[in-house]
Amino acid sequence: MTRPGTKTAAFKQALPLCVPIMAGFVFLGITCGVYSSSLGLPWWMPTLMSIAIFGGSAEFVVASMLPGAFDPLTAFLVVLVVQARHLFYGLSMLEPFRGMGKKKPYLIYAMCDESFSINYSAHVPASIDRGWFMTFVSLLNQGSWVVGCTLGGIFGSMIPLHVQGISFAMTALFVVIFMDQWLSEPSHASSLTGLAATALALMVFGPDSFLIPAMVLILVVVTAARAKLEPVYGDAGEAGDDSEGECA
Amino acid sequence: MTVIQQIITVLVAGAATVLTRFLPFAAFRHGAPRYIRYLGDVLPGAVFGLLVVYCVKDVDVMGGYHGAPEAIGILITALSYLWRRDMLTSILAGTLSYMVLVNLVFV
Repeated sequence: MTRPGTKTAAFKQALPLCVPIMAGFVFLGITCGVYSSSLGLPWWMPTLMSIAIFGGSAEFVVASMLPGAFDPLTAFLVVLVVQARHLFYGLSMLEPFRGMGKKKPYLIYAMCDESFSINYSAHVPASIDRGWFMTFVSLLNQGSWVVGCTLGGIFGSMIPLHVQGISFAMTALFVVIFMDQWLSEPSHASSLTGLAATALALMVFGPDSFLIPAMVLILVVVTAARAKLEPVYGDAGEAGDDSEGECA
Repeated sequence: MTVIQQIITVLVAGAATVLTRFLPFAAFRHGAPRYIRYLGDVLPGAVFGLLVVYCVKDVDVMGGYHGAPEAIGILITALSYLWRRDMLTSILAGTLSYMVLVNLVFV
């Protein structure tokens, strides 16, 4: 049973850690919402995505696909690849989430990069209920993302459609994440493979059907290069140290 | 896509995300195979490379302005990130410059 004051104490512990992330999420959520609206999507689509998907990169990519042809298989595979890093967050949280009971499904569902980082690394005093602390971290972060996306969807639907170029927000986002990754990785082989294999697939298959071939090609290349590349990463990238990557 | 097809696509994408978040709790209780851990180290770089190329897939490098507004926008985004190392600043700087370019310069 939860004693009175338990939730309040956990909330007070969680809030200061989340404030910087919440500010970022509201801003990036607005960007994501405005981007979606600039594609002509309904104002509530960013809200739906922020609840059903809750992963910034994936939401941008899915939004960009929605005005095109119906292709759920490509959407599924692309999101799977974009979100694959979450597999490793889960591995690190097997123990911390043990015994969380009813909170556990929500904690797992809402585990974006930022909530994982806080919940994995925060030193929670013994007097604070860890389950409620992690739940509030996840709720505050996701709540600010949902609010940002919704505001963006509404703002975006007020911007006249002849104002061009808002869609460049997605390009800028991925350029920044790519650079962030580039500056921190022990080898650039993978990043260069991603660029080259995708460019090749784009030239061969054209802009409407190159994504699946590109993903297959990347998988083949990094698998073939495993003997050379695996030692480069060593233990540096073990699950748990993995703080790079953005929810965005 | 119709709105119904769009909603289905969003739900399918949601299922993919949920799968990546729940799978370790169902399948890797005793640790993941080494190959999977290797992919976890090596794939993020390639995935973000893929996404950058995906963003410029419809740019016509043969005609029009030969992708000049996109190239300049990407350059401004990248350089501002090297300078300030702030994600939101760079997204804003890159997007606003690109908007100025396509609405006022390359018209």
